[in-house]
Amino acid sequence: MTDQTLQAPVAAKATSGQYATFFLADLFFGVNVLSVQEVLCFQHMTKVPRAPEVIEGLINLRGQMVTAIDMRRRLNIPPRPVDQLPLNMVIRTEDGAVSLLVDDIGDVLDVDLATYERPPENLAPATRDFISGIYKLSERLLLVLDTERTVDVTPAPKTVSPRTAHR
Amino acid sequence: MHFPEGQNKDAMPLQDQDVIREFLIESHENLARLDQEFVELEKHPKDAALLSSIFRTIHTIKGCCGFLGYSKLEKITHEGESILSELRDGRRDFTPSLASLILETVDAIRNILSCVEATGDEGADSFEELTERLKAVARQGQMTAPAVPETYAHPAETPPPVLAAPSPKPPPTAAKPEQEPTKSSAVADSNIRVGIDLLDKLMDLVGELVLTRNQILQFNTDREDPKLNATSQRLNLITSELQEGVMKTRMQPIGTVWSKLPRVVRDISVSLGKQIRLEMDGTETELDRTIIEAIKDPLVHLVRNACDHGIERPEVRQQAGKKAEGQLTLRAYHEGGQVILEIRDDGGGIDVEAVRRKATDKGLLGATDRLTDREVMNLIFHPGFSTAETITNVSGRGVGMDVVKSNIEKIGGVVDVSSRQGEGTTVKLRIPLTLAIIPGLVISSGGERFVIPQVSLLELIRLEGDAAKKQLENIRGALVYRRRGRLLALANLNQILGLQTPGFNLDTTQASSSVATQNDAITIVVLQAEGQQFGLVVDGINDTQEIVVKPLSKQLKGLSGYAGATIMGDGRVALILDVAGIGELSGVLSEAAEHAAVAKKPEEEAEKQRMLLFGAGSFERLVVLLSLVSRLEEFPLSSIESAGGCPVVQYRDQILPLVTVREILEPDKHVPGKHAGPPPADPVQVVVFSDNDRSVGLIVDQILDIAEEAVTIRQTSQRPGLLGSGVIGSQVADFLDVSYILRASTAHWFQAPPKGGVRERVLVADGSAFSRGLLRGGLDIAGYRVSEAGNLAEATRALEAHRVDIVVTAASLPPHGGSALRTAMRGNPEWKNIPILALGDSETEVQALIAGRLFEACQAKFDREAMLRSLIQLSAAIGLSANEPACMVPVTAQARTGREA
Repeated sequence: MTDQTLQAPVAAKATSGQYATFFLADLFFGVNVLSVQEVLCFQHMTKVPRAPEVIEGLINLRGQMVTAIDMRRRLNIPPRPVDQLPLNMVIRTEDGAVSLLVDDIGDVLDVDLATYERPPENLAPATRDFISGIYKLSERLLLVLDTERTVDVTPAPKTVSPRTAHR
Repeated sequence: MHFPEGQNKDAMPLQDQDVIREFLIESHENLARLDQEFVELEKHPKDAALLSSIFRTIHTIKGCCGFLGYSKLEKITHEGESILSELRDGRRDFTPSLASLILETVDAIRNILSCVEATGDEGADSFEELTERLKAVARQGQMTAPAVPETYAHPAETPPPVLAAPSPKPPPTAAKPEQEPTKSSAVADSNIRVGIDLLDKLMDLVGELVLTRNQILQFNTDREDPKLNATSQRLNLITSELQEGVMKTRMQPIGTVWSKLPRVVRDISVSLGKQIRLEMDGTETELDRTIIEAIKDPLVHLVRNACDHGIERPEVRQQAGKKAEGQLTLRAYHEGGQVILEIRDDGGGIDVEAVRRKATDKGLLGATDRLTDREVMNLIFHPGFSTAETITNVSGRGVGMDVVKSNIEKIGGVVDVSSRQGEGTTVKLRIPLTLAIIPGLVISSGGERFVIPQVSLLELIRLEGDAAKKQLENIRGALVYRRRGRLLALANLNQILGLQTPGFNLDTTQASSSVATQNDAITIVVLQAEGQQFGLVVDGINDTQEIVVKPLSKQLKGLSGYAGATIMGDGRVALILDVAGIGELSGVLSEAAEHAAVAKKPEEEAEKQRMLLFGAGSFERLVVLLSLVSRLEEFPLSSIESAGGCPVVQYRDQILPLVTVREILEPDKHVPGKHAGPPPADPVQVVVFSDNDRSVGLIVDQILDIAEEAVTIRQTSQRPGLLGSGVIGSQVADFLDVSYILRASTAHWFQAPPKGGVRERVLVADGSAFSRGLLRGGLDIAGYRVSEAGNLAEATRALEAHRVDIVVTAASLPPHGGSALRTAMRGNPEWKNIPILALGDSETEVQALIAGRLFEACQAKFDREAMLRSLIQLSAAIGLSANEPACMVPVTAQARTGREA
């Protein structure tokens, strides 16, 4: 395993082998375990009227103001059933903590870096934008969430981003 | 200006003592560092950083003692400084003798400082001998600068200074050198320096504690436990005290900002030949350091302004029967939880009539507007309102009052000016004590709680039953309330924020009905923002609370309407409303914005544009903007050929289609193709318009001139092909509608072969018909479908009417600017993804737009190529890239046949 680790030609972001995982509809996601601050059960949220719709609300996390992003909406997945409460996966970002609302939390997995692959081209752009790579686990695929991009919800749109401009 | 000379401690005002204390603390610290640095310097005599640090230390002390009136100290430091500056600049080498001389100087400075600390004055020893030596060295250094590689042998006949020995002790008057160390440390020991970071952290923690305290108190009220009650009461008290204490650590006396003002006033009064006495009252009034930082610049600006424009020259003053010496008074005091700063001069005051005239000229005021004198005076804070001509005859720094205002408002302050002509002007700043913890009113609306900062709150109104129906009026969707005989514009918070309205329905969209109230109480919070009042209809009032302001996360920062968030007693988050933002969102703060728009317009239009004047047919003076023209060409008549029945000319390896302007403007006089009327000139004058790689030439009769003028279209034209007329170079000229000409003549040349799929529809929103025409022209040609809108309302109607892919808006779109359109669009789920291209009239405006980051793209208005490029990018961004606008169709055979067909 260690040998493979060393040989695996992986992106810089995917060097750590440990992922905190969560479920979203039928998808299985992983976030670098070091960037996860904590996992919480459903918390009361204060709605922010006129905010981008992916923002579910604000949570008081021991005095810390945390913005909650609904991951289903973020990834353009149909909304979760009304009776199912989401869980909070609070991640650390450059601009403070952000909570990702997910369906369920999985284990922390030690993945084999050799099984890493870039996300396939045929993924829908709405999903593909937020996935930095995929680990082919034996029983299922672990999608690595690009947290930086996920939390980049800016209500005020910027000028044409270079990425789209060159298309 | 008076500088206190040889003062003694008892006579000194309190604030001066504070200043001196600070000076002493700082100087001692600096000198301690200096010793270390000297030791370092002897090891690395060329270290530039060290040298400049030493220089700075001495320089700072010199500056301070000049201000405090310590002339001896100033003299010594001055001499030391000049030698150090030579050292620093490499004009002199660092030698041991020089080192001892400087160290001796440092010791002398220390001596004097301890004397000052002990007795309040500089002591009897004048250190003349040392000063002389310093002077001698300075002189000698200038003559034989580099060539003194000496050791201890000193050329001047001075006693050899010994490094280790302290300076020649002054005959002990007051200062006792033995006590020196303890003395100097005495003042330093009672103070410690703490990093701002630590204080900020402490403040944060206290904020948390306050919140937790609020939670406990709430919890306590729900129970009946005497023990808990007692404990929580105690917690309450302690927390409040702690909060106060920590706040105090962040407090600084206003004197720290004021201390630099005497110098400012002195310099101005000297340079303007005025006599101004500055008085400061309330120097010890304390403010949070963040606020102190924020008011620093506005304050200096106001003082400058008062000296410059307020106080008159001595002779003018004497003529007016006033003292030759003008008086400028600064006052600071607490009032109702706020700090009031007054800047009062006894100068000429503001000429209200002049301001009124000017405002009317600028379109800020309608002829019918009845403003009180006070309101008129506050117009000087209006952006672009030049005070120089109206208020005084001194030209110059009239600008920036608007910046003062916006800076003060940014920290939740208010600016007010009052003046009596001939007697003086007072500018009053009302500033909150701190920004971190503010009193707020908790309201509920749409099932959520919100906090309104108490600063903006004027009054609360509750209307019940019939009163509500009687006093509320609905003017086509605009809700107003008769408040003490005046109409108060109302905004409905639920509506602005798109919240559910429980109970009653205050539907302003039903223009016909008055307010439908099922629940018979209406609560109005009367607010003030940007100098205007409006009422905010909310569902209910909860209570007032001290709240801890927390900034919103990055994801929500750009959202207008919120100033932050806070945590309530029950541990839940509540949003803090930004009153000005809410007012803007609902449109009740329109009047000011409209004023601003009107005020801005003449300025914008006054911006000079280069224009090409030419004649064609019976139109002797036609005008196009030079920026649209790519070249002026002359072609021999013989080179004009015909292609597909149209005149063309070979030009730069392309076929340039030609259009005869007069044939299009006067189609009845000139039959196209046949040359009726005067024969065409030879060579033919052609104005070439280019758009990417497509060009078209306009045949004109003669090119007259290129004029640089402000474009104002005085009269619009009904005639197709002309936009209107204006005065250029004192003669009337007609503005040619280039886009019309191109459309009318060459539509087929440029029309994109249908590429399947829809062409993108672009909405052009711009207040000026002229600009719209020009923009439309460029877009039409590029293959976009274009609709136009002249203001915000028209734009939203157009958006409602049909699908729009991209919006191009002028930054100056009436009534509130392009950003209002953006706000409106982002608020609507259907429109919020439509990209917006904002156009600025000038480069500075474009920069501001870019900096504002509100729009997907921003650029100057008449840069057509850039506009098309941006549009392509924007459409690519929204996924219409497959349907690239068909604007790059060169003149091909295929296209020509298209024209024939």
